[in-house]
Amino acid sequence: MQRFLHQFCIALAFLIPSSVYAAWELNMPRGVTDTSNTVYDLHMLILWICVGIGVVVFGVMFWSILYHRKSQGAKAAQFHESTTVEVIWTVIPFIILIGMAVPSTTVLIDMYDSSESDIDIQVTGYQWKWQYKYLNEEIDFFSTLTTPKEEIANEQVKNPNYLLEVDNELVVPINKKVRFLFTANDVIHAWWVPELAVKKDAIPGFINESWTRINEVGTYRGQCAELCGKDHGFMPIVVKAVTQEDYDIWVAEQKATALATAAAATQDWTMEDLVAKGETVYQKNCAGCHMVDGSGLPPAFPALNGNEVVLGDIEKHIDIMVNGVPGTAMAAYGKQLSAVDLAAVITYKRNTWDNKTGEVISPADVTAFMSK
Amino acid sequence: MSEQTLTIDDHDHHDHGPAKGLLRWVFTTNHKDIGTLYLIFSLTMFFIGGMMAFVIRAELFQPGMQLVDPGFFNQMTTMHGLIMVFGAVMPGFVGLANWQIPLMVGAPDMALPRMNNWSFWILPFAFTMLLSTLFMGGGAPGFGWTFYAPLSTTYAPPSVTFFIFAIHMMGISSIMGAMNIIVTLFNMRAPGMGLMQMPMFAWSWLITAFLLVAVMPVLAAVVTMMLMDIHFATSFFSAAGGGDPVLFQHIFWFFGHPEVYIMILPAFGVVSEILPTFSRKKLFGYHSMVYALIAIALLSFVVWAHHMFTVGMPIGGQLFFMYATMLIAVPTGVKVFNWVATMFKGSLTFETPMLFAIAFVVLFTVGGFSGIMLAIAPVDFQYQDTYFVVAHFHYVLVPGAIFGIVAGVYYWLPKWCGKMYDESLGKMHFWLSFIGLNLTFFPMHFVGLAGMPRRVPDYALQFADFNMMASMGAFLFGTSQLIFVYLVIKAVRSGKEAAQVPWESAEGLEWTLPTPLPYHTFTTPPVIEQK
Repeated sequence: MQRFLHQFCIALAFLIPSSVYAAWELNMPRGVTDTSNTVYDLHMLILWICVGIGVVVFGVMFWSILYHRKSQGAKAAQFHESTTVEVIWTVIPFIILIGMAVPSTTVLIDMYDSSESDIDIQVTGYQWKWQYKYLNEEIDFFSTLTTPKEEIANEQVKNPNYLLEVDNELVVPINKKVRFLFTANDVIHAWWVPELAVKKDAIPGFINESWTRINEVGTYRGQCAELCGKDHGFMPIVVKAVTQEDYDIWVAEQKATALATAAAATQDWTMEDLVAKGETVYQKNCAGCHMVDGSGLPPAFPALNGNEVVLGDIEKHIDIMVNGVPGTAMAAYGKQLSAVDLAAVITYKRNTWDNKTGEVISPADVTAFMSK
Repeated sequence: MSEQTLTIDDHDHHDHGPAKGLLRWVFTTNHKDIGTLYLIFSLTMFFIGGMMAFVIRAELFQPGMQLVDPGFFNQMTTMHGLIMVFGAVMPGFVGLANWQIPLMVGAPDMALPRMNNWSFWILPFAFTMLLSTLFMGGGAPGFGWTFYAPLSTTYAPPSVTFFIFAIHMMGISSIMGAMNIIVTLFNMRAPGMGLMQMPMFAWSWLITAFLLVAVMPVLAAVVTMMLMDIHFATSFFSAAGGGDPVLFQHIFWFFGHPEVYIMILPAFGVVSEILPTFSRKKLFGYHSMVYALIAIALLSFVVWAHHMFTVGMPIGGQLFFMYATMLIAVPTGVKVFNWVATMFKGSLTFETPMLFAIAFVVLFTVGGFSGIMLAIAPVDFQYQDTYFVVAHFHYVLVPGAIFGIVAGVYYWLPKWCGKMYDESLGKMHFWLSFIGLNLTFFPMHFVGLAGMPRRVPDYALQFADFNMMASMGAFLFGTSQLIFVYLVIKAVRSGKEAAQVPWESAEGLEWTLPTPLPYHTFTTPPVIEQK
C-alpha cells in the first residue's frame, strides 16, 4: 500500500506542472511596445463589435426558438421577402466594416514604417534554431533550445520556462527602434514574439523587415510560427530587453568572447578535450536528426554510427560538415560553428559509439580546409 | 446501405431494380447508388481522419512527448487535414448532390452517368495511394495540408511523389463530379423550372461546381510545379535557382480560398432546405440568398493572400486583401440574417435535422466572427499560425461543413431508405457532438490568443489546462460519431416505415416521390406549376 502511495505521489508530481504554472490565460497579451498595445486595443474593439452583433442576431434567434415553437401553439407567419430589410442588413454591416477598416489601416501603416532604426539585426531561421547578427556591431550568434531532453521525455519535472528557453538570448536595449531583417537558410520559418506583436516569415532567399521599440526591461518569449519540419515546436525565441548601459556592457562582453573563440582555434587540443566538447556540440546541433546514439532516422537522416563518411576519408567528412549536402536537410555548418566546435564534433563522431578510429582532428585542420 | 430497401415499383412497368451482387457497386451508373458510395466513402475517411485527430489530441493531452515522435506528429496533422478536406467533406457533399440533385430538379439521373461512376471510383485508389505513404521509408508527408515549399519540395520525404499523384487523382475526380453537376443543372431541370425556381441546395451546388472547375486545375498546376522542382531540376519555388517560395503560397491559396467555400456553400444549401421545413415557413429572401451565394463565390477569388499576411507583402497588397476579405462578411451576414428571419415568427419543431441546422447557423457564425477578426491584417499578425486559426477553421468546418452533411443525411435518410431513424438516438448524437466540439474547439481560441503556435507536438506549460480540455472534448466528439453509424445501420435494417413526406410541411420535388423510393425516378419529368 505504501509502495502504491509512493508511486501515486510520483505520478502526481508529473501532473503538477500543468496545474501549478498554468495561468488560464484567455486573451492576447497587451505586450510591451506601443504597437502591441494598439494591436491589443484593435483586437478588443473588433471582438466587442462581433460580440455586439452576436448578441443581436442570436437574441432574435433564441427569441424565435423560445416563443415561436409549435409546441407553444405558434402559427407560422407567411412573410418571406422584403427588399427593404435586405438592403438594411446589407448596408449596416458595410458601415460597421468601414468603422473597422479605418483604425486597422492606420495601425498597419505605422507597423510598416521601419525607417530610422537605431539597431539593425539580421534574423536567420535554420532547422531548428535562430541566428542573430547585429549588423552594426560584429556580433553574430546562434540561439537554440536549452530545455533538457529529460524534461521533454517526462523523466524530469518541467521548469516554468519549459520549451521557451534558449542558450543565447537576443539582447536589445529598451526605447530604441530595433529593425529586424528576416531570412532563412533552409525552409520558411516565422519569427514571433507575442509581447512585441512582431510576427514575420523568414523566407530562404528573401529578406523581410519589421521593427519594434520595447518600453519595459524584461524577458519576452516566443516561438517559430511557421511549420518548418520535425522540430518546429522546439525552436523558441527569447528576447531580453535591457537598459542602454547594460546593453553596452553586453556588447563589450560579446566582443571579448569572440576574440577568445578565435584564440582557441590556434591552441593545441587533446583528444579528451575535443571529444568532451564535441559531445556538447553534437547534442545541440546534430542529435535532433541523427539521434543521440547516432542511429539517425533513415532515409532522410542517415545513421552516423558505422557511417562510411564518418569512418572514411577525413577531408570528405570535414567537407560535409562545412559545406553541407546540397538538396538535403544537411546544413552547411561552416557558417554556424567555430573551427573549434567543428573539429570537436568531427573528432567526437569518429571516436564514439562503435566508431573507434582513434583519429584527432584539430581546429587547425578545419581552418586549413576552409582556407583552401 | 439501401440494398434491402429498394423495391420494384409496381406502378411503373419500365422500372427495374439494381443488379445483383457486389459488382453492382462497381459498375453502377445510378445516381442513388453512386450517392450512397460517396457517402459511405466519406464516412470511412471521416473515421480514418478522426483516428489521426485522436493521435494528435492524445499527444497534446499533456505537455511533454508521450506517444509519438515529432516527425510522426507532423505526418498526423498533415494527413488529418488532407483526409478530412479531400476525403470526408468534399465527397460527403458530392454524395448528397448525387442523391438529391436529380430528385430535387426532377431529372431521371445525372447527365453523365458513366463519368459519375468513374469520378467516384478514382477516389478509393487516390486515398489508398495517399494513405500508403504512411508505410513508406521516410514516412508520410509531414509538411502540413498546405504543403508550403520548400519544406514540401527540397526537404520533403520521398513519399511526396505519391502524395502529388494522389492529389492529381482527387482533382480529376472533383472536376468530373463538378462538370456533371453543372451539366445536369443546366440541361435536366424539369420543364418549367427556371434557374430562379431551383431549390437552394441545387443553387449552392451549382455555384460550388463552378468554383471546383475553376480552382482544381490550379491545385493540379501547383503540385505539378512541385513535381518538376523535385524530379526535373526546375526552380519554381527555390530562390537559389531564381524561383520564389512565396509563389507557391500565392498559387496554393488561389486554389485554397475558393476551396474553403467549396466546403461550406453546399452546407448553406442544406441548411436553407431544412430551416424552412421545420419552421413551417418559406425561406426568407430566396433571391438575396442566391445573390449572396454568387457574391461570396466571386469574392473568394480575390482574397487569397489573407492567408499570407506575414509573408511580407507590400502594404498596398496587404490593404487590398484586408478590405476584400472584410467585404465577404456582407453577403455572409445576409445569409445568416435570412436564416434567422426564416425562423422568426415560424412554428418551430426540433427534430434532429433541425437541431443540426440551428447549431450550424450559430456555430458557423461564431467561426465567421473569428474570420472577421482574422481579416484585420495588423491584428492577424498576432493570430496567424496560432491555435486561434485552428479554432476558427474548425468552427466553420466541423459545425459548418460536417454538421451540414450530417443534417442533410438525417433530413433525407427517410426518403433514401424508406425507413425512419431513431429520433432519440439522433438527439443524443446531436447533443454529444455539440458539447464535444465546443469543448474541443472553443478553448483553442484562448490558447491561440495566449500564444500557442499551431502544428506543434509539445507546448509550454501555460497552455496545459485548455489543451487537456480540448483533448477530452475531442474524445467525446469522436466517440459520439459511432452513435451515428449505429443509428444509420439501425434505420436501414429495422427502422419504422417512413411516410412519403416524413416532415410536416416539407416542400420540394423529392417529397412527391413514393417511399420507398424506386430505383429509377422521374423517368417522366414532373410538371412544375408556374408561380
